Amino acid sequence: MSEMLIPIVLVFSVGLIASVILAYASKVFYIQEDETYLKLRAELPGANCGGCGYAGCDDYAHALTDDPDGVPCTKCAVGGPSCAEKLAEILGKSADGMEKEVAFVMCNGTTNNAKQLFEYSDIKTCKAAKTVFGGSKACPNGCLGLGDCEAACDFDAIHVIKGVAVVDRSKCTSCSACVKACPNKLIKLVPEAKSKIIVRCHNTQKGADAKKSCAVACIGCGICARTCKFGAITIENNVSVIDHEKCKSCGMCVVKCPTGAIQDMFHTPEQLEKIKKSVAAMEAKEAEKRKQAALEAAAAKKAAAEKAAAEKA
Amino acid sequence: MGKYLIIIVSMVLVNNYPLAQFLGICPFLGVSKDKNSATGMGIAVTFVMTLATAVTWPIQQLLNKFGIGYLQTVVFILVIAALVQLIEMFMKKNMVGLYKSLGVFLPLITTNCAVLGVCISNIDKDLNYPESLFNAFGAGIGFLFAMLLMAGVRGKLEDQSRIPESFRGVPIVLLAAAIMALSFMGFGGMFS
Repeated sequence: MSEMLIPIVLVFSVGLIASVILAYASKVFYIQEDETYLKLRAELPGANCGGCGYAGCDDYAHALTDDPDGVPCTKCAVGGPSCAEKLAEILGKSADGMEKEVAFVMCNGTTNNAKQLFEYSDIKTCKAAKTVFGGSKACPNGCLGLGDCEAACDFDAIHVIKGVAVVDRSKCTSCSACVKACPNKLIKLVPEAKSKIIVRCHNTQKGADAKKSCAVACIGCGICARTCKFGAITIENNVSVIDHEKCKSCGMCVVKCPTGAIQDMFHTPEQLEKIKKSVAAMEAKEAEKRKQAALEAAAAKKAAAEKAAAEKA
Repeated sequence: MGKYLIIIVSMVLVNNYPLAQFLGICPFLGVSKDKNSATGMGIAVTFVMTLATAVTWPIQQLLNKFGIGYLQTVVFILVIAALVQLIEMFMKKNMVGLYKSLGVFLPLITTNCAVLGVCISNIDKDLNYPESLFNAFGAGIGFLFAMLLMAGVRGKLEDQSRIPESFRGVPIVLLAAAIMALSFMGFGGMFS
């Protein structure tokens, strides 16, 4: 009996002594933390994602406390603008220039839209699938649809639906875990409020090839760039790119896009109605203009003909 | 005095922990990216190794007295973890400068096999108390030495050589570590 009892009692007492010492030490060596630090730390979400560039929320709060003027309080992507405002309030300064960003998957190559070259049935991760002829889809840039981003997301904000990852903007915290996880570099962060109209494709193939690999591919035709009145669209590497700072969400490019690669995904029905109306108005205006121009031209022709006739006479 | 010097030199060169006994490989590969953090980690390990030995050696005598020396591993882990925690608290309060430079590394060391390894090997080698302390101190210095060498090698490798893509990152570090371990075998047999 004592063979068992002695070790148990001894190890237990060693543990007990250690814990008593630690408990006592935590009182003796207790440090009154800076009050601002405690307040700041309480406002931070505690996700410890490191997205701010510091080693966790504690470190960021310390940096803010030590140097409130040098360290911007808008670094926390998880907390977003509301968190930045609270931090700024504690530090007694204003939070401006903070826009909530969300992740966006630049692909709409669902199983119906994108052409499959072969059946992939190996390890179910995008990274592995990418090593086999660059993925089973004909499009070299398309979403592989095996959910590396879904696995990387800590906030349940990205899901593979019909073979393509889709971001739930209400849950996205722009921690950019999915941006790093995607082997095709298909996911980017965009400003939430200004990116209602967006190019949902990243196919860099030339027009005809792109069209062959996916029904909704951007073929780089440039119609959108010519349509846009604000100069917000450029074609880079055979893909249309919208500058969200310049985009006014007028929706003309969505209407004109021949393949439907530019989409209006995030407007509410009421907003859509408004946009439709304004597009219709704009088109009507243009038609009117054209009519006017035609009339004027006809009138000028007539005048010229009359003049010529008068001269003849 | 000569005896203690031999112990230290043997721990630094002949029985170097990461390179000859392959203990503490995790921080050796993980924290050796730049010289500053390598130095910080090395000093922290030296510090904790010496203190841990100072505490665990008497405890082993106690365990032996009750005839339960086989519980060494469990008790040592417990004691070292508590000790590191205590040191961290103490440093946070009384040595703020030291805490700022070592603080990040201290929790990492709690579960470091090199620290536990040196405590157990002191017992296995039947060293007396001062010998154990010098042994632990030497082991720590050896670790610091290896860390600094590795940080230097990695710095040069990453800046100035065109490493093939498939070898970049961990593979080239493992290769470098292997070659360093081979070169340290040259010291074998100098002392026991």
